[in-house]
Amino acid sequence: MSAVPVPRAAEVPDYLNARYGVKSWLLTRDHKRIALLYLASVTVFFFLGGAFAVLIRLELVTPAGDLVQSETYNKLFTMHGVIMIFFFLIPSIPAVLGNFLVPLMIGAKDLAFPRLNLLSWYIFVAGGIFTLWSVVHGGLDTGWTFYTPYSTTYSNTAVITAGIGIFVTGFSSILTGLNFIVTIHRMRAPGLTWFRLPLFIWSHYATSLIMVLGTPVLAITVLLLVAERAFRLGIFDPALGGDPVLFQHLFWFYSHPAVYIMILPAMGVISELVTAFSRKNIFGYRFVAYASVGIAVLGFFVWGHHMFVSGQSVYAGMIFSILSFLVAVPSAVKVFNWTATLYKGSVSFQTPMLYTFGFIGLFTIGGLTGLFLASMGLDVHVHDTYFIVAHFHYIMVGGAIMGYLGGIHYWWPKISGKMYPEGLARFAALILFVGFNLTFFPQFILGYLGMPRRYHAYPDEFQVLNVMSSAGASILGVGYLIPMFYLAWSMRYGKDAPANPWGATGLEWRTPSPPPTENFAETPVVTWEPYHYSDAPVEVKGGGGSSDATGEAPARA
Amino acid sequence: MAEAGIHGHTVPLRVYFGVFGALMVLTAVTVAVAFMDLGPWNTIVAMGIAVTKATLVILFFMHVRYSDRLTRIVVAAGFFWFAILVVLTLSDFLSRPWLGVPGR
Amino acid sequence: MHSPAVAERPHGHPALAHHFESLAQQKQASSLGMWVFLVTEILFFGGAFLAYIVYRSAYPEAFAGASHHLDVTLGAINTAVLIVSSLTMALAVHAAQTGRRRGTIGFLLATMVLGAAFLVIKAVEYGHKFEDGLLPGPHFSYPGGGARQAELFFSIYFAMTGLHALHMIVGLGLLATLVWLAARGRFSPGYNTPVEMIGLYWHFVDIVWIFLFPLLYLIGRHG
Repeated sequence: MSAVPVPRAAEVPDYLNARYGVKSWLLTRDHKRIALLYLASVTVFFFLGGAFAVLIRLELVTPAGDLVQSETYNKLFTMHGVIMIFFFLIPSIPAVLGNFLVPLMIGAKDLAFPRLNLLSWYIFVAGGIFTLWSVVHGGLDTGWTFYTPYSTTYSNTAVITAGIGIFVTGFSSILTGLNFIVTIHRMRAPGLTWFRLPLFIWSHYATSLIMVLGTPVLAITVLLLVAERAFRLGIFDPALGGDPVLFQHLFWFYSHPAVYIMILPAMGVISELVTAFSRKNIFGYRFVAYASVGIAVLGFFVWGHHMFVSGQSVYAGMIFSILSFLVAVPSAVKVFNWTATLYKGSVSFQTPMLYTFGFIGLFTIGGLTGLFLASMGLDVHVHDTYFIVAHFHYIMVGGAIMGYLGGIHYWWPKISGKMYPEGLARFAALILFVGFNLTFFPQFILGYLGMPRRYHAYPDEFQVLNVMSSAGASILGVGYLIPMFYLAWSMRYGKDAPANPWGATGLEWRTPSPPPTENFAETPVVTWEPYHYSDAPVEVKGGGGSSDATGEAPARA
Repeated sequence: MAEAGIHGHTVPLRVYFGVFGALMVLTAVTVAVAFMDLGPWNTIVAMGIAVTKATLVILFFMHVRYSDRLTRIVVAAGFFWFAILVVLTLSDFLSRPWLGVPGR
Repeated sequence: MHSPAVAERPHGHPALAHHFESLAQQKQASSLGMWVFLVTEILFFGGAFLAYIVYRSAYPEAFAGASHHLDVTLGAINTAVLIVSSLTMALAVHAAQTGRRRGTIGFLLATMVLGAAFLVIKAVEYGHKFEDGLLPGPHFSYPGGGARQAELFFSIYFAMTGLHALHMIVGLGLLATLVWLAARGRFSPGYNTPVEMIGLYWHFVDIVWIFLFPLLYLIGRHG
């Protein structure tokens, strides 16, 4: 992949230059290479989904529906949602950072099932190709939610192809989750008990539970949808006595927990970053660990809050409402604990920490507005308005994507062996923060004032806020492009990274940057607690050979 | 450590044949009972027999009786999550008539 | 895939993958992996079972009437066939664990024959339904009242039994692979994990049918 470098380490090649050639990448079983395969794919999908967002925001600059026809606009927001959710947000952190780091963080040589890991990437690509095919052959206009009977009977777009694409992609998610669960249970290094694990592992474990328990229900739902459309097998067809609300129950049983698939890994990243850049142990480790699993479990009990106005029984709505209040509690616990970790810490403001602060603030706003929506009395007024759009973008972009970018920057030295340019990176982070808020805060107001979502035209009085939002989106777009350039630049021209550039705890920092294919020369034996920052400083290793990769760390008192 | 199986031993053949016999008998019973009019109990008996058969297969053919705690938790979790799906969805459908709203 | 400078430890058993420390760890990983996969299958079929539950509770008479058009005898025979196949599968695992190669192959083949028999009987049933005009879609014709809900019943019937049959076909492929591996002497008392794992899959598919049979075939058969 790179030109043959002057060997900077001793005799051991790292995973990037252990073998060369396209086949060594496409047939790899190395979790680190598979992570990079995913990185390339999700980045392509991100910009594709972003392109649809650009068109949406361009249309919404003017009140009239004058850029595209309404049918086309329906396709734009559908494809934006489908691509961003299924092909970026759900895989991004687990398949890129999780794949790369889970074995390293637990002292293993690879995941439990390396070939399944590679298969999961091929399945991801195959599902993506199906879905992209549907984009260019008829498009998709059902919304990413595929509600019946429009999707089964009335839509004239490529629902079947897209449905098959999503069905296939779901298995990528299932296999990743399965791999993580087995790996974390069965392959931890000696001495690495559950409560010595980094919180990144806890949150990926919790995420994997959701992937494994929820995604199959999406699979059967999409399958039945495709069967109904293709073979007229009427399951959701009212003409046959079927119930479209049944589709919604099945759909949201997965799709609500899916939002926790998107945020939990980012929370895991934040736990790592907030400790590293406060140089302090996490406040309330066990609470954060339990909260991760709590979110995963409770998240399965609340899906009906997407259906308050669907015709669902109001009694069921009340049950779902109170449970939705409950699921906010573990998230709040995490926010409190991250904040408390900062207290009396030695805080520094490198790029990953900027993303951390962005995450904590924006996720809090998004999460609080989620509580508003859990209340049926308010939700019936703002359902299907821009209030909802703003709510989930605060979590998905202000939260998940900031967590993703923070993690990419933090572990970039480990992944690439290079340092990114800090000044430019901080600048990009600030641009993203400004652009994000300008894009999405006006949308809270728009939704509260009554502007519906998924409409390409709106009343004139909403134009000022829409123009602000579109202006913010252009800034946001620039903010996303800048890291693309300097990260690529750094792979060739960046400073070589030492094994532990941040002086952080964690097994991944006790092996060279980039790591050798086998990760560790010898399986580490863990005798210390996580985030032991207040002990004697962890030595920052040089560019190192394998002999001192394990190093020493004082056990906590 | 000799590896005769993760459980450390093989299941005696008589257990397999015993379970097989029970499964066949229960199948015959469920068919016979289906032709008797027990009102609402027909469904309950049929499901009870099905659950019993499934339990026998899980415990003995699938070795869960001899497996570690994690395996049992995983199996239980699968059925529990299916129960969440059914119970909460039915909480919608079954409570709709309580509203007194014309329609379903 | 191995860094050349890292010493290749003599890693023992040929079936031991390089990233595991021991066969025991590998087997534990395989077992947990297969069970997690089966849990995904519970949820996968579970969604279809939910649809069945919702509609049967909404249209009990129509479902009972539609159920009468299914052939209880063939369904019961199929149930028995699958139970026997579960026995032969368990016996195959036992044979592998006790190092009996011919026994392993024999029981695996018996399981395959029984699985194929199930599929043949299913195909016969499907043929009858097609002749009777009970395939959902434009050519659906149902004698008597409740035709709309009956078509719903048959949609669910074909979706669930079709999905089940697909899983059986995959199972036959997996069993064929096991027969091939067993014939090449790959299994022993020290290593027979694939037989046991695919056995778990086969038993699961049997369990799905254990529920499908009474739910689809035995509704309201009295009177």
